[in-house]
Amino acid sequence: MAAPANPTYRLLIALVLAIIMMVLDQRTPWAAPVRHVLGYLTAPIHYLAHLPVDSSEWLSEQTQSRGSLMDENRRLQRQALILEQKVQRLAVLEAENVRLRELLNSSADLDANVLVAEIIGVDPDPNRQELVINKGRGDQVSRGQAVLDAQGLIGQVVDAGPLSARVLLVTDASHAMSVQVNRNGVRAVLAGTGQSDGLKLLYVPDTADIREGDLLVSTGLGQRYPRGYPVATVTTVRHQSGAPFAEITARPTARVDRASHVLLVQPTEKPLIPVPDPEAVNDA
Amino acid sequence: MMHDRPAGTGVIIVTLLIAALLEVVPLPESVNWVRPEWMLLVLVYWVLELPSRIGVLWGFFVGLYHDVLVGTTLGQWGLAYALGAFVMLAAYKRMRVFTSLQQCAVVFLLVGTVSLLAFLVQESVGRTLYPPYTILYASLTSAVLWRPVCALLRWVQLRFLVR
Repeated sequence: MAAPANPTYRLLIALVLAIIMMVLDQRTPWAAPVRHVLGYLTAPIHYLAHLPVDSSEWLSEQTQSRGSLMDENRRLQRQALILEQKVQRLAVLEAENVRLRELLNSSADLDANVLVAEIIGVDPDPNRQELVINKGRGDQVSRGQAVLDAQGLIGQVVDAGPLSARVLLVTDASHAMSVQVNRNGVRAVLAGTGQSDGLKLLYVPDTADIREGDLLVSTGLGQRYPRGYPVATVTTVRHQSGAPFAEITARPTARVDRASHVLLVQPTEKPLIPVPDPEAVNDA
Repeated sequence: MMHDRPAGTGVIIVTLLIAALLEVVPLPESVNWVRPEWMLLVLVYWVLELPSRIGVLWGFFVGLYHDVLVGTTLGQWGLAYALGAFVMLAAYKRMRVFTSLQQCAVVFLLVGTVSLLAFLVQESVGRTLYPPYTILYASLTSAVLWRPVCALLRWVQLRFLVR
């Protein structure tokens, strides 16, 4: 077998290329095309890896008895009825809320478009909490979009590939977001711990009114997440004498490690009900 | 073998893609700690068998693919795999005369070094949580699985006449 050509130069080329790419990827958006092109080749692998789960789900659906399906149907119908009743009130409340906010001269809350996606992959690296979903740029998914499940916020899209997207979970150690206590509006920073059921509140003064069981909802500060979605419930509050801040842990309300479908939220441009022009109002 | 034209690039790519599949196939959280570096093992096998064809640049592009697959900084695994391929190119003659146990030891060191390099990059962008010795678990399983992977790929190589 022929001896390989001198690999030292090639190594040099590879090292320089790799370092340039790392810097571009971290500091600029210019590396996105490379990621985009390779995304066409990596997405099929994620879809393939998810295939056994899909087919076993299909199989268990096919082999369910008529009785259990009817039971499920009845349960879902009851649930739908309850939800519909809640939605009826919600429409009225939402309209009232917009009117009241107008009276206060604050901007109207916008309704959001929702896209359903399936989780097709979980990051194998224990250091990171990320998911892969089966919707990409082709479905108008974009970087920074908020991701929810039926119970609450799950995370945000950090990389929208052509056929799939990566979602950074709120539980990732590098993730933090602004939340407020639903009960009294106290604001705090909610950070991930890297564990799928662990969150912590940072820099909360010892005297802040936060109790166990409090619901934490997103504030919309930071312009990344929509306002008012549940994120976590407070599990423990520890006051330590001598420490400057209280030690508060929380658990995500979303089933971060068990969800199979998620919702992507895209704020719409037009408000729920027409907002009057503020200048016209002032003139009147 | 001396004057054979290269053949079977497609087979090499398919084996690498199967390795990629094994890298992301969903497993319980605890098993993720010991998930072997499948793509690196397959890459190392082909570098050792076909050092005149599969080398540093293959390593770089396979690593880049791995980066996009698992969503790390672009170039993190590209850099690591390129270096791994380079080391194997320097040692492929020795590797061929090593006993199984010696080969496993080399693979353990190689996977450990390559993973450590990737870990350093990941650390510098602030996406690590656990101490660096945790990569030893995956290196150990990679070393244990080296001989079976080798045997399987040898069969593939002979069956599909890759040269």
